Amino acid sequence: MKKLIALLLFGFMFFGMSAQNKSDLPNVTLKDLNGKSVNIADLNNGGKPFVMTFWATWCAPCVKEHNALTDVYDDWVDETGVKIFSVSIDDARATAKIKPFVDGKGWPFEILLDVNKDLARAMNVSNPPHTFLFDGNGKIVWQHTGYLDGGEEDLYQEILKIAK
Amino acid sequence: MKKLLIFLTLIIVGITANAQDFLTKSKVSGSFQMDGNYYWEDQGIGITSEEINGNQFGAYGFGKLQYQLGNFTAGMRFEAYQITPMSGFDMRVEGMGVANFFATYDDGTIGVTVGDIYDQFGNGLVFRSYEEWTLGFDNALRGIRAVFRPWNGVTLKGVYGKQRFYWASYSDNDYSADDRGYVRGIDGEWDLNQSISSLNDSKLRATLGGSFVSKFETGQSIYVGNDELIMPRNVASYAGRFNLGYGRFTLSTEYARKINDPSYFNNYIYREGQELLASLSYSQRGLGVVMQVKRVDNMSFKSSRYATQNDLDIGFIPPLNYTHTHSLPSMFSYATQPLGEMGMQFQVNYTIPKNTALGGKYGTKLAFNFSQVNDIKRDSIMVDGVQTINQPGTLGYSSDFFAIGDRMFYRDMNFEIEKKINAKWHLTLMYINLYYDMETIENHPGSKAVNANFAFGEVIYKINRKHSIRMELQHMWDNVGPNETIDIEHSDYYKKRGNWFAFLLEYTIAPKWFVSVADKYNYGNPLADNRDHYVTGSFGYIKDQTRIAISGGRQSEGLICVGGVCRAVPASSGLSLTITTSF
Repeated sequence: MKKLIALLLFGFMFFGMSAQNKSDLPNVTLKDLNGKSVNIADLNNGGKPFVMTFWATWCAPCVKEHNALTDVYDDWVDETGVKIFSVSIDDARATAKIKPFVDGKGWPFEILLDVNKDLARAMNVSNPPHTFLFDGNGKIVWQHTGYLDGGEEDLYQEILKIAK
Repeated sequence: MKKLLIFLTLIIVGITANAQDFLTKSKVSGSFQMDGNYYWEDQGIGITSEEINGNQFGAYGFGKLQYQLGNFTAGMRFEAYQITPMSGFDMRVEGMGVANFFATYDDGTIGVTVGDIYDQFGNGLVFRSYEEWTLGFDNALRGIRAVFRPWNGVTLKGVYGKQRFYWASYSDNDYSADDRGYVRGIDGEWDLNQSISSLNDSKLRATLGGSFVSKFETGQSIYVGNDELIMPRNVASYAGRFNLGYGRFTLSTEYARKINDPSYFNNYIYREGQELLASLSYSQRGLGVVMQVKRVDNMSFKSSRYATQNDLDIGFIPPLNYTHTHSLPSMFSYATQPLGEMGMQFQVNYTIPKNTALGGKYGTKLAFNFSQVNDIKRDSIMVDGVQTINQPGTLGYSSDFFAIGDRMFYRDMNFEIEKKINAKWHLTLMYINLYYDMETIENHPGSKAVNANFAFGEVIYKINRKHSIRMELQHMWDNVGPNETIDIEHSDYYKKRGNWFAFLLEYTIAPKWFVSVADKYNYGNPLADNRDHYVTGSFGYIKDQTRIAISGGRQSEGLICVGGVCRAVPASSGLSLTITTSF
């Protein structure tokens, strides 16, 4: 029995050593707006910081936040090279509506569909909007829940701190 | 002995050398939420001291803990509910304990989960397990799940287990009212563009999928009147779906069928169930158009044939209607009718480009939505020489697939304009026309349907970079006026009827503080006693991922709906505190 425990322990350790867990991005597969599968663990922005923001079509502050980010996005990209991944947690009722909704509002972000909240659960998101800032290596450096008018400025200050 | 020592030393050296790695690569995360309510007597809205006595305090919360090491993840969720009838939850949610735990290994090709599983097949028509905290809903499947991705673009899944039913035991007890069947399912999906390299960048995108789900319940016969009905042990359901995209167009559809599944919900009829969901959309930057249709016929699919409430659902019926968030129209939210409905929705989102006469400096956002849901048409069938409809033990009825039932459950037409005028001012206007069949949706036989108009306006004034003021004004014109003849036996049907006026004033200091005061006034209620103000005040503080909000005042009777599943919340008066955080 003791041997078994020791063996398990060892197994665990090597398992841990061989595991490539450099980032805070979980191994969850979502779809993009073209129906293509995207493994979240592979998300990156070529070594530059990126933002992941959770939203839903029924969440008014989320839509406000996205509209506000749209207004400043071009400037942010020019100055810092940041990229925004926007994760919708709408259920299947809205899957077909997200693309026209996003396009109709002119949002320039990369949209991912988390129809059964797999990523939201893995990232411990309870209520949208919830915004994460990742450094170039996929480590979470800042996060914020809720959106109040002007809140995007705060996010930008955090991006500036880590952008090179 | 020496050998043993050497061996031990080796182990210790090994551990010390690797401990650093072990610790840095392990990741522990979690989240926490707590909602507390304190209720008090309020004669004005009919809350008496007898009702309050012993029910003043309600609190519910959860804590979630998750451990991750490489491809391995394990987690658990502790829940505690101390509720009162005032909270509006099903009383069976009361209790506490570790409601959910799981362990997963997933290397991208093979994934296995044991414990409590959340997943969905396709749009969820035949299988969806999910959790919705605000509804007190959780139908997690306790069992095992395997995922296999043999090559790019192909995903195969299998699930097996028993659903959560409040705090009921998972052990088999055929004679217990809490027992429910086992759910087994497989699903396959093939993304042609990802698996065929020559199609990787094709303008034509195609995904195909199919699923098979069955439930197993102990077979037994039941008596309805004098008739003995034999219940099926296995109920199978299956669904097929595809998603086709070409350039800016996307067509997606899913069709599901279910074999005979007599249940409390469908009045023990043996008719098969079916459901179709289809949508066509066009979109380009600045313009999105989508049209959706749906038909549901006898598709309540639960892991217990005796279930009577919003629980133990195996399949999910996506509602096709706009989700209203403003406080007046959201009092009349649509709840999906699994026994039969036909619905359609049409939505346009358009942004008038920047730097045009109508678009101004920032562009103007327009949105239009139309949705309507009707009943399906049911025709009687001949049973033993008699025309019957929906009789237990029969095939129920016949229904023409394309015929729309006369009864309209819900219709919504709304139009929204959103405009950033300049760096200081932001304006949103909305008009809504709503038809709401209260008789069906709230199960109030004999009540008059709501046919109301709503106007909504919101102005945001940015004082400076961080400080803003937001004001909302709303009005509802109901088809039931102050002079309505009242059916005294059902005076509760009129609780939210008649004209309403609402306003909200909010002051925010981004990103941390908000304070607001709001009033909803049912000044046009047909019953003078119901012409009440519902004044609330809220105050909140956000620091990074932690949010604390306190609100106090009157809550009007309403429905909280997520994804077409609703819970009725009674009117109340009191204080509430919500804390959420994650780490």
